[in-house]
Amino acid sequence: MTRSLDLGPAPPGPRDAAGRRRPATPLWARSLGYWLYQYKRTWRGSITTSFLYPVLYLSAIGVGLGSLVNHHAHTVDSVKYIDFLAPGLMAATAMQIGGNEAMYPVMGAIKWMKTYFAMLATPLGVVDVLLGHLVWIALRLTTVTAIYLAIMALFGTVHSPFALLAVPAGVLTGMAFAAPIAAFSATQVNDAGFSALYRFGMIPLFLFSGTFFPLTQLAGWLQIVAEATPLYHGVALCRALTLGHLDAGPDLAHAAYLLVLTGVGFALARRSFRRRLVT
Amino acid sequence: MVEARGLVKRFGDFVAVDTIDFAIARGESYGLLGPNGAGKTSTMRMIACMSPVSDGRLRVLGLDPATDGATIRSRIGLVPQEDTLDLELTVLDNLMVYGRYFDLPKKLIRQRADALLEFSQLSDRAHDKVEPLSGGMKRRLTIARALVSEPELLILDEPTTGLDPQARHLLWDRLYRLKQQGVTLVITTHYMDEAEQLCDRLAVMDRGRVAAEDTPAALIARYSTREVVELRFGPDGNAAAAVVLDGLVERLEILPDRLLLYSDDGDATLEEVHSRGCRPESSLVRRSTLEDVFLRLTGRSLVE
Repeated sequence: MTRSLDLGPAPPGPRDAAGRRRPATPLWARSLGYWLYQYKRTWRGSITTSFLYPVLYLSAIGVGLGSLVNHHAHTVDSVKYIDFLAPGLMAATAMQIGGNEAMYPVMGAIKWMKTYFAMLATPLGVVDVLLGHLVWIALRLTTVTAIYLAIMALFGTVHSPFALLAVPAGVLTGMAFAAPIAAFSATQVNDAGFSALYRFGMIPLFLFSGTFFPLTQLAGWLQIVAEATPLYHGVALCRALTLGHLDAGPDLAHAAYLLVLTGVGFALARRSFRRRLVT
Repeated sequence: MVEARGLVKRFGDFVAVDTIDFAIARGESYGLLGPNGAGKTSTMRMIACMSPVSDGRLRVLGLDPATDGATIRSRIGLVPQEDTLDLELTVLDNLMVYGRYFDLPKKLIRQRADALLEFSQLSDRAHDKVEPLSGGMKRRLTIARALVSEPELLILDEPTTGLDPQARHLLWDRLYRLKQQGVTLVITTHYMDEAEQLCDRLAVMDRGRVAAEDTPAALIARYSTREVVELRFGPDGNAAAAVVLDGLVERLEILPDRLLLYSDDGDATLEEVHSRGCRPESSLVRRSTLEDVFLRLTGRSLVE
């Protein structure tokens, strides 16, 4: 048994399987490749969950609780309760997935598995590492929101062809959380900060962003607070799209809010990633 | 391959690497030997273009890490001090993923992975997860992974720290083969035996500076005697014995647990020790090692 190393000829520059020259894969896409590889292990469970949650929530709250609501209030914001609820839950789910994926996986890639450091020993730079991870989160959000929309359609809660745009709207909602939370995660020494983020951030937002009831039910000053939070804008945007109740001005403002938050989050993440990873 | 002039690494006020010079030639195996905190890892991280240079000039493969970091990293391999393997992926997938960072075609990575797993004696574990592997296996996998891109320069930061003797010897054997195949190696270590076995040339580092640089044999010849007599007089006897033995040899070191007498003829020196009426609890005549060089240069032992 020979133990000498013969790795075969080294091709000059990138080539495809047939040996033809091909353009180099962008650096961020190589880091994305890692997350896709990881997902190969867990996609079954993850996809099952993506189907299961909307079915459970929409049955229990949308149909079950909704029948009570409809009985007493007839409509919520002039639509059936489940039609009101479903797009809100879709946006809230996007927030949860975006936030989760930017917490433990980011910390793990820094502290536990040190995946980022493995990447940084190769041609990849800090921005490639960050961008690849965020693009991965956007892909995850795309599948989760697309599945959500499909389930919503089965429950008869899709009322407009514009609903297809709820998928990118949901992705944007998730990214508006993922990017700043990734910035936060890269500053943390342990995961204690994450439970605070759930308790004082994501769970209150989940409950009070117009997901389950219209903000008009809140006291005046609370309404203003709620309207300033990111999930409210995601919920409002997704709801306008699935109901077909579009109003260009406010809807574009919602999208712009989420885009700006994503952009600011990215800039912050670039800074905190640099500080943490390059010493 | 690597050239450093007045190289400095600062972390705030702390100077980890303090104005060092060295040059490493193609095909050479170069070692940075020193205790923990000597600045070895900081130096390595700068060579690997993972840590910006604070001051001075550094060239790797003739390129400047500040401007050509990605190009340099695409042509070198790094074995970091702490493993950065993906514990949840299989051994083979770790190589596949890593090869993709270098944009190698999957088919080529697969070919190389087979050869590298064979070389690392991990072929039968190819489809196992990394998590349960032993420390030595993980180190070998990390080295295999660093070789997947066929680097011109392989950087190893304390490759055998924490491994049992058997695992260390196996790893040394693999590294020795790489060296024979002409791979340029840069190795940091605080094990003198590792440095003696693997390195053509060494920089002895202490507190951020290079105290001396040469081949292991030349360092020993220049900074130590041919032989060393080690004497143990028990916890309280060493200092008293040192007084009695004063002047017997040109150099005598008092360590907490033993005396070291530097001599070109150890047996003759030991006889003289006895003739002065000293009765050590134990005595040993041995050849000089890099440990003695380090002690001479810094006044401290290499591994505390």
